[in-house]
Amino acid sequence: MSFHIFLQHLTNGLSLGSLYALVAIGYTMVYGILRLINFAHGDIFMLGAYFAYYAISVFFLPWWVGAVVAIGLTCATGLLIERVAYRPLRNSPRISVMISAIGVSFFLENLATVIFGGRPKAFPVPAVLGKSIMIGKVSIMPVSLIIPVATLVILLALMYVVHRTRTGMAMRAVSRDYTAAKLMGIDVNRIIAITFATGSILAAFGGIMWGLKYPQLQPLMGVMPGIKCFIAAVLGGIGNIMGAVLGGLVLGLAEILITAFLPALSGYRDAIAFVILIAILLLKPSGILGTKVTEKV
Amino acid sequence: MRKLLTGLLIMLCLFAVGCSRNKTDNKDSDVIKIGVFEPMTGANAAGGIMELEGIQLANELYPTVLGKKVELIIVDNKSDKVEAANAATRLVEKDKVNVVLGSWGSSLSMAAGPIVEEAGIPAIALSATNPLVTLGNDYYFRVCFIDPFQGTVMANYAYTNVGARTAAIVQEISNDYSVGLAQYFTESFKKLTGNENAILGVSNYTTGDQDFSAQLITLSQKNPDVIFAPGNYTESALLIKQARELGITIPILGGDTWETPEFLTVGGAAVEGSVLSTFYTTETAMTENSKIFLDAFRAKYGKEPASVAALGFDGYLLVLDAIEKTGSTDPKVIRDQIASTKNFPGAAGTITLDENGDAVKDAVIKVVKDGGFVYSATVSP
Repeated sequence: MSFHIFLQHLTNGLSLGSLYALVAIGYTMVYGILRLINFAHGDIFMLGAYFAYYAISVFFLPWWVGAVVAIGLTCATGLLIERVAYRPLRNSPRISVMISAIGVSFFLENLATVIFGGRPKAFPVPAVLGKSIMIGKVSIMPVSLIIPVATLVILLALMYVVHRTRTGMAMRAVSRDYTAAKLMGIDVNRIIAITFATGSILAAFGGIMWGLKYPQLQPLMGVMPGIKCFIAAVLGGIGNIMGAVLGGLVLGLAEILITAFLPALSGYRDAIAFVILIAILLLKPSGILGTKVTEKV
Repeated sequence: MRKLLTGLLIMLCLFAVGCSRNKTDNKDSDVIKIGVFEPMTGANAAGGIMELEGIQLANELYPTVLGKKVELIIVDNKSDKVEAANAATRLVEKDKVNVVLGSWGSSLSMAAGPIVEEAGIPAIALSATNPLVTLGNDYYFRVCFIDPFQGTVMANYAYTNVGARTAAIVQEISNDYSVGLAQYFTESFKKLTGNENAILGVSNYTTGDQDFSAQLITLSQKNPDVIFAPGNYTESALLIKQARELGITIPILGGDTWETPEFLTVGGAAVEGSVLSTFYTTETAMTENSKIFLDAFRAKYGKEPASVAALGFDGYLLVLDAIEKTGSTDPKVIRDQIASTKNFPGAAGTITLDENGDAVKDAVIKVVKDGGFVYSATVSP
């Protein structure tokens, strides 16, 4: 394999990986605060892409306005889900909330099938982003450049918010000890709502980027990316934002490079993600960057 | 006391359910039920819905047979093999249909195969082209040609029209249709070129995959003259798009599943020039039913029909014809009549079923041009 081919694979892997990273951040943030694996995250991702499709293709909004409207709508949906499906269960056992999340996931998938229809739709890609650029012998789609940069910017912004602002401090307090944070006068509901809003915005952004990269929408499009991004979050250490990004990158690169170097395994691509998940659960259950949590008994 | 009441209530409910069930079991003898199981959601939805359009059109034109009303019972198999088996079970056990039509997709049809055979209900696949759908199953038939023929047609096209002497294959490994077609293409292409190593590489992907860059780069390294990539239209459109984005310019060929509007909208400019084999074209009327179908389809839906819609139409007509000829609604009698079909004039060509229950008929080659499927040639078996 010549060097430029290797570079081409590497670029593709990084581009896919940073997309996983983007969505994995949402998983990890909600888990970090609520200890809840938000199974509906992949479906919120799907909603984001569909909202953008309708805003741009059906209501003829300019591209960037459509994207912003879609992100806003997805954020509102995320908040609504938290209010209706998770907040009433705040003091219930964790398993109830998880079942509620699975319910929300199925509900969104089926609702989307009824409303948007089962046939796939073509995501509108602006002409500027539709042409690949050649850098040396490596061909790159503009989206593949935008996604890693956006992921990096978002990562830095989130790190700043979590470690340097009052809201971030409140978030960390809630994640450490929910009851004590409440006693200290932190408006826990508000903090959790902010976390959900951020997660949903990231999911919507990820959904739109996914649409640009793979311009085809269907109601179940969030299922597999949802699972993969959850694996990415676990891989990096769930609850850790930096870990989610790292996990996403590792997963994306692993998928592309394994298919590239072992073409015989190309049909088992999804299995690669699960093998990685099993391996990490056996070797280091807390993830690459995760710290060991001692459960209070 | 309360427990007792609740218990009584539950028993009453169960009793009511049991009663109402008994009622439906009383077969309504003046209605003929045709069960249709098609993917209406999921990855194959576009194909299933187009096939259904043809069936519903036929039902609208010919709503009765033997003076009885024909009722379509439509079940969504969700593009999933397990769901397809469930859907078929439901049709034969709960709805007690006389005949089954469907499904789009060889894998989905094969999942229902043992169920209809055991129940003794004849089934007609409309566009499922894998030989295994009907092979060894006395109750499954089809109104389309099979993959050994389709694979040969595409190998011939690659050899003669494209002038290809080497090829690479990308197949959807989880899809019986794709794997079968790739295999028959390989056999014919090796024979045509006289070169055992004419296939330079084979890559796999699974249904639902969206990124094919690694497979495409690996194959393009071997410099084949042509890529044969049969598979579901959604994945194929993305695959061709990514190939073009990576700077791969050689022709890409596929099979009948590509002929959907989604293939064109998702693929956009990238799929221009793609070549596929299919069953039907609006350009030439194959039988007198072709014209009836085409006019009625345009009037009802206000658009051009896809091949699979014509096949859906044909499947329905074939069932009605069998019921009319035998004057019976007994599934076994209908089955024997369908099995002996000779020269039946369908919208998508004349149907003659061979001993396996497969139609022997012409294939049509189409090329994507200016955002549409354009007729290129007709190939006889």
